[in-house]
Amino acid sequence: MALLEDFSVGLFFWQLLLFIVLLLVLRKYAWKPILGAVEEREQSIEDSLASAEKAREEMQRLQSDNERILAEARAERDAILKEAREIKDKMINDAKSEAGSQAEKIIANAKEQIQNEKMAAVTDLKNQVAEMSIEIAELVLGKELSAEGKQGALVKEQLDQFKLN
Amino acid sequence: MQIKRFGFFAFLFALSLTAYAGDGHDSHENHEAHGEKSIKEQIKEVKEHHLKDSHSFHLWGDHAKGNSVEFPLPIILWDGQLHFFWSSEFHHNANAVVESKGSHFRLYHSKIYKTEADGEIIYDEDHHALNEKPIDFSITKTVFSTILVGLLMFWMFRSIAKRYTKDLVPRGLSKFIEPLIILVRDDIARPNIGEKNYKRYMPYLLTVFFFIWIANLIGQTPLGINITGNIAVTFGLALITFFITQFSGKKDYWAHIFWMPGVPYLMRLVLMPIEILGLFVKPFSLMIRLYANILAGHTVIISIIGLIFVFGAWGAKGAFFGLTFFLSIIELLVAFLQAYIFTMLSALYFGSAVEEHDEHH
Amino acid sequence: MEIPAIVGAGLIVIGAGMGIGRIGGSAMEAIARQPEASGKIQTAMIIAAALIEGIGFAALFAVN
Repeated sequence: MALLEDFSVGLFFWQLLLFIVLLLVLRKYAWKPILGAVEEREQSIEDSLASAEKAREEMQRLQSDNERILAEARAERDAILKEAREIKDKMINDAKSEAGSQAEKIIANAKEQIQNEKMAAVTDLKNQVAEMSIEIAELVLGKELSAEGKQGALVKEQLDQFKLN
Repeated sequence: MQIKRFGFFAFLFALSLTAYAGDGHDSHENHEAHGEKSIKEQIKEVKEHHLKDSHSFHLWGDHAKGNSVEFPLPIILWDGQLHFFWSSEFHHNANAVVESKGSHFRLYHSKIYKTEADGEIIYDEDHHALNEKPIDFSITKTVFSTILVGLLMFWMFRSIAKRYTKDLVPRGLSKFIEPLIILVRDDIARPNIGEKNYKRYMPYLLTVFFFIWIANLIGQTPLGINITGNIAVTFGLALITFFITQFSGKKDYWAHIFWMPGVPYLMRLVLMPIEILGLFVKPFSLMIRLYANILAGHTVIISIIGLIFVFGAWGAKGAFFGLTFFLSIIELLVAFLQAYIFTMLSALYFGSAVEEHDEHH
Repeated sequence: MEIPAIVGAGLIVIGAGMGIGRIGGSAMEAIARQPEASGKIQTAMIIAAALIEGIGFAALFAVN
């Protein structure tokens, strides 16, 4: 067979020897470091992907936190505003009622004063009327009382007139 | 830097395309020099010369015309004692006979025979030499090329490994080689051997993959090297695969060969010799496949280049040139494919050896 | 009349070619049906084709 004729023992020997030497040398000096490096790199890629994922989750968490804080702040602001509004309303109402009572008080005072003044004026008027009536009486008396009898009638008339008043 | 590297690869590619043009050219010149040989005979000669191993490294030129450029390689012979001399001595001496330690040797049809001092070769009726042949441990062209491939691989992968110690990011050559290493690991070793065991076999798979691939590619250069097209080379590779498979065989593996579980006893007796035969057929097919593919590729390409010279018309010459170009590209693909298949099937065999069956079928 | 060995070689090549062709065709169909499994199909295809090729070469050498 041509196959066996072609077979060269020497070539086989050298080939086997060279290949095994090549295999051992490459295994030690090339494949180990190369495969190690490739694996290390893959590991580091995996790790960094995982850490990126973790960072993303952290980010998401932070974001939701932020949102929560923001919502809380908003609610707080609303509460504060509401409270302020209430205080304002209360203050206005208070002021209103106070002003009302004050005004009533003043009015009452004024009324009282008016009453007093009125009483004073009436008293004064009465006094003046009395004086005037005395003067009138003096005048009348001066004139009429010259005629006796008539004086008494006049006084009587006058007094009646007062009663009517 | 990048362009320089690209240029280097382009150069390699161009070399591979012109791979056999040099041989063909030789035959053409031969024809002019000694018209007694027909072109077809010359092509046959070139073909045989190219496909066979040689004891000197012939670069270019014609040996008969004396303008050949070649360098001698050491000849190492064993016939009870060790003989060592340079192949150039065959050309220096009369009758092309070399005398060493009292024995005479003659190079005849790229084989070395032991002769008498006159260098006579005795033939049988089929014109086969009957002379005694010493065991030839010469550093032949193929052995020399294998050494070159080995050095190239060592230089290449060592430099890549060194670069990785500095920086984990692949740059330059490693950018090109790393995907192939990953291919061997993720597409060949992992699925076929299994996640648990694949790491042990990675050095062998990587070495055999790159060795076959680079040897195939070097075979495409005009240097006329034919490493993986030698049956002895592929036998060596297949033998290593065979031994690694057997030595890593676990209990289940041997059980499946000698006493197949889960089948009737009679069937076990029938299956045993088949399985034992399969043990040897597997590496044998590995050996034959690689050898035959590469040899067939080289033969076809040289034959078509020969046809360029057989046909005189320029149209035919152009057509065959185009065909050669096309086939050379196919051969580049085959160079890779054969390396891939050899590695893949080796991994498959290793996988079957280390496989552990949980279920019994 | 003795049949020359080269005829046997031709038969081998025809058989192996048909076999590899069928494997390739079936693999194409399978990939078309399940493109996501193309990697596994390719691997299986290459292995099967390689086995046929091996047998073919072995037979060719026997003829030779």
